[in-house]
Amino acid sequence: MKKLARNKLLVFATAIVVLQLLVAALAPLVAPYDPVAQNVLARLRGPSTGYWLGTDQFGRDVLSRVIHGARTSLAVSVAAVAAALVMGGALGLLAAYYRGWLERIVMRVMDVLFAFPVLLLAIGVVAVLGPRASSAAIAIAIVYTPIFARLLRGPALVICESDYVVAARAIGAADWRIIFVHILPNLMSVVLVQTSLLLSAAILVEASLSFLGLGTQPPTPSLGLMLSEGRNFLMISPWSAVFAGAAILLLAFGLNLLGDVLRDTLDPRLRGSP
Amino acid sequence: MILRLVFARVVDLVFVLFCVSVIVFLMIRLIPGDAVAIMLGANTEITPERMAELRARVGLDKPIVVQYAHWIGPALTGDFGRSLWTGRPVIDEIVVHVWPTVQLTFLALLLGAGLAVPAGCLMARLRGRFADVAMRIVTVIGLTVPNFWLGIVMILMLATLAPTIQALGYVPFAQDPAGHVGRLMLPAAALALPILAHLSRLLRSAMLDELQQDYIRTARAKGIAESAVVYVHALRNALIPFVTSVGILTGYLLGGAIVIEQVFAIPGLGRLILGAISERNYPLLQATILLVTSGFVTVNFIVDLLYMAIDPRVRA
Repeated sequence: MKKLARNKLLVFATAIVVLQLLVAALAPLVAPYDPVAQNVLARLRGPSTGYWLGTDQFGRDVLSRVIHGARTSLAVSVAAVAAALVMGGALGLLAAYYRGWLERIVMRVMDVLFAFPVLLLAIGVVAVLGPRASSAAIAIAIVYTPIFARLLRGPALVICESDYVVAARAIGAADWRIIFVHILPNLMSVVLVQTSLLLSAAILVEASLSFLGLGTQPPTPSLGLMLSEGRNFLMISPWSAVFAGAAILLLAFGLNLLGDVLRDTLDPRLRGSP
Repeated sequence: MILRLVFARVVDLVFVLFCVSVIVFLMIRLIPGDAVAIMLGANTEITPERMAELRARVGLDKPIVVQYAHWIGPALTGDFGRSLWTGRPVIDEIVVHVWPTVQLTFLALLLGAGLAVPAGCLMARLRGRFADVAMRIVTVIGLTVPNFWLGIVMILMLATLAPTIQALGYVPFAQDPAGHVGRLMLPAAALALPILAHLSRLLRSAMLDELQQDYIRTARAKGIAESAVVYVHALRNALIPFVTSVGILTGYLLGGAIVIEQVFAIPGLGRLILGAISERNYPLLQATILLVTSGFVTVNFIVDLLYMAIDPRVRA
């Protein structure tokens, strides 16, 4: 019974995430209006049949901007987390496999990067690269690399000690073969869970950076930017800010719930842990 | 034995702080464009002689190791140079802006951790299929709600429900103690929600683990009241992972505070950092990032020591 509830939750979370990915991928087809087209005669309107979520200060359709903004958010976050997974994963795996001085140096460097508060390091990186969507992506990738390295090194160490890896070594399998054929597939559940959770967190970091004016720049639709622009018209027409924030919440919520439920389903050892 | 452990942690701390300072130092050197040209600004004519003169004055013509030494040496005594625009010592600007952020962070931590204890205990008592699913969804929402959006929604609701209450801005404590705390409450609450969600969930699972331990069975067998078993015996041990999390969450809070300050118009470090970025005031930016990170590292160091103090197993 309990298992069934869990699977229902898994279906629910997967449905939210897949739906959002589809809407973001098909944004130009799904959005009712051009997200940057202005209609000065219909500024700061509330939700209506013509504009489902109302319009912003330039008379742009909020729904279309939310859809395209979600697309931008996801594009930046997915690219950043993918890069962090490849870099951090590679470092963590190599550290676990080769041990010795390589492991010590790699993990030391990761520790130092880990010492910075996430958002502060991201802000610092953007300050160096200049405020741009690509800088935000690079910043998130740098911030999450040590997290992936740490998360994957632990389980990789356990697998490296296992009998089948020792056996593979004994029959003379090449290092790359052991890493790709024997170790990596066994890390897939950890990778899947953590990617989902960190993607959820990356959505929030991207939104924060854009909100501060350090990420995606206008007029490109961005959820964080919509929030900061909408803030100036809060008392006249809060729709743009309210719906943009709700969209950020929905994106982050779906991914976090998915990672959370996957963790329970894929890794029985972690069941019940936060 | 303990002394040796503490000493090892201190060596670790110094090493990490050193590396952090090197990264912060190099970070600014990586900025494209010449800092000197930026410093000269648009109002002066940029001639090669002027550039060379200023370079020599700021020490940019020296080898990078010497530059680092010239920067970190005075920095250790609190001298981070002068702000490029106002000409005031950087440290003075930071001191003015650091308090609102520290107070906000501390208040949010207090709120989040304080409420998480009763919430976590309550959640541990509610068990069953429906309760599990409901609590999971509620805590995941709490974890993923963008705190700056929550802040905006709170302002909007307050403006609608109680238009007379002033929620924005910052009043120094000395000027108006009640107004000071009152205005920090909303931003602190917005900042605290994800922490509350995280910690109460952590506490719940730790409590459920502890309640299955043998010592709990023994306590019950001795005839100790159930409430004492739960709140004294189990809670005490369940709080151990809780304490470790508090250190890590400080980093989240410091970052979150930077954003939430913008929502509530609080003149804290967030405003200072964003101002420094848009003005390209690099000495100020460098010093702020270095000091905030050092503060975060130090908090974690203290938490580590606390952890050793409350959990004897770590000392073994």
